[in-house]
Amino acid sequence: MWTLLQIELFKIFKRPRTYIAFIAIAAIVILIQLALYLDGYTYIGFLLQSIERFNVEGKILNGYFVCYFILQTLLIHVPLLIALVGGDMIAGEANMGTLRLLISKPISRSTLLVSKFLAATIYTLLLLIWMAFLSLLLSLLVFGSGDLMVFQSQVIIHIPQSDVFWRYLAAFAFAAIAMTTVAALSFFLSLFAENSIGPIVAAMSIVIVCTILTTMDLPLFLSMKPYLFTSHMLGWKGFFDIQATTGNSAVPGSIQNLPGILRSAIILMVHIVGFVSAAVVIFRRKDVLS
Amino acid sequence: MSAIIKVNSLSKEYREVKAVNDISFTVNRGDIYGFLGQNGAGKSTTIRMLLTLITPTAGTIELFGKNLYSHRKEVLQQIGAVIEKPDLYKYLTGHENLRLFAKMSGVAVTEKKLKDQLEQVGLTERAHSKVRTYSQGMKQRLGIAIALIHDPQLIILDEPTNGLDPQGIADIRNLILHLSRHQGKTILVSSHLLHEIELIANRMLIIDRGKKIMEGTVAELVDPARTIVQLEVTNPQQVVSWLQSSRWSACLQEQHHNIILLQMNKPQVPELTSELVNAGANIMALQPQNSLETYFLSLTTENRHVDTFTN
Repeated sequence: MWTLLQIELFKIFKRPRTYIAFIAIAAIVILIQLALYLDGYTYIGFLLQSIERFNVEGKILNGYFVCYFILQTLLIHVPLLIALVGGDMIAGEANMGTLRLLISKPISRSTLLVSKFLAATIYTLLLLIWMAFLSLLLSLLVFGSGDLMVFQSQVIIHIPQSDVFWRYLAAFAFAAIAMTTVAALSFFLSLFAENSIGPIVAAMSIVIVCTILTTMDLPLFLSMKPYLFTSHMLGWKGFFDIQATTGNSAVPGSIQNLPGILRSAIILMVHIVGFVSAAVVIFRRKDVLS
Repeated sequence: MSAIIKVNSLSKEYREVKAVNDISFTVNRGDIYGFLGQNGAGKSTTIRMLLTLITPTAGTIELFGKNLYSHRKEVLQQIGAVIEKPDLYKYLTGHENLRLFAKMSGVAVTEKKLKDQLEQVGLTERAHSKVRTYSQGMKQRLGIAIALIHDPQLIILDEPTNGLDPQGIADIRNLILHLSRHQGKTILVSSHLLHEIELIANRMLIIDRGKKIMEGTVAELVDPARTIVQLEVTNPQQVVSWLQSSRWSACLQEQHHNIILLQMNKPQVPELTSELVNAGANIMALQPQNSLETYFLSLTTENRHVDTFTN
């Protein structure tokens, strides 16, 4: 298994297309940082215009705020970058004609498939680490530190500076599970195609359709929501939903709905196990004709 | 002589299509076994079943005396294969491809062995070039290097000369003969180029539309009793009518414009010639052919020709 995993990682990181995602994330993050650096206070002013009766002090436009802004924007689009590699894992091999050579080697199909999925997961994690480095550490370096203000539709959540960093670590860990779910979905779809475009487009279509269903408040869709993985993918935001005292002061180290976050994480993991198990069962019986 | 491959009543169906229909054959140790058939005859499907890429609908496969599916890993360790065109990782170098597949073969391979293998197939100078820059012949040779790197007992080559120039074809042929004569490998080689098989194989099987037509040695297959006679006449319709009503009707195979093909015992040719002249045939040429190629074509098109004359 270890040898196979090494081989799969070697193949992934030898392909130029692998680096598209890293370059794309770097480009978007740096552009957002640049825009906020040059004109961030106009945006902050826009956010604060509806709450004029509050007097906000301190440096709102800090690294933590910028990181939250970037995550909110990017974590919706990163699945596409994940699907680029996940959807290519099997279908890409079928397209190149190398799948038949792999299967004719003395390794079990299950081992081959699991090692491929692990490689796709490691790629996903590296992509998120890269994103964390750029959006959190680089933002802190450029914009400095400070208390985090999270603007939601009805409320403003204020989290003291000393209570923010661990929340980001937890948020990235949760995002890793969410993105691995997308990797597992695209990986599963990759079994049924002989070129990687199909599974990439199919995976993104499923994510988009499920996201639309998740955001619509129609009664029929409401009953489906708990079972859709997209309903749980934004669970990372829960780490920034802090508990407050009766006097409306933040309770350091608290999370408003930890059981809800954990439930979402478990549901996503069930999806990952489901997609990969189904892929293994199908792949073991599949006739390789490509 | 021990059997390396023993296939018994092997079949593969795709919905209503029988890609392989009840095929049995045996390949013995040291054989260069030719697997002949036209495109779509079922050769690649059979080879894919031998390599566990496809699950048979029925039948059994024994390799090295063991059931392929219950001893898959053990058996595949002793096989090297090139399946149709040698598709490799184009973004890797030849050396990287070879090292990668060597690792997957479950055998520890040294750097020296990699170099030696690349040298054997004449790729030393281009070992560190990306495969996307290779010619078809170079890819084919690299595919063979990958098949050989773990020193397998059995080598399966599916259409190994496809897309090669004459020199490339000769190189592959020489390599196959070298592996058989000097390294004692057992080789199963499929092709629709009969001349190639005729030159290298000691035994062969002919397959058509999924069915085994015949298995044997080259000498057995070139049977004088099944000589194909090519007759060229200026009045083909009259000659065909006469042949259909004569004692030669069973020999009649096919007609294309002025050419009529008949299958018969070679000693009967003078008799036929004499009777054709008496029947008023204007003979331009009459040529008995008994090469394996003619024989192969006669076998694989037999049913189609009968249809031509019975419908």
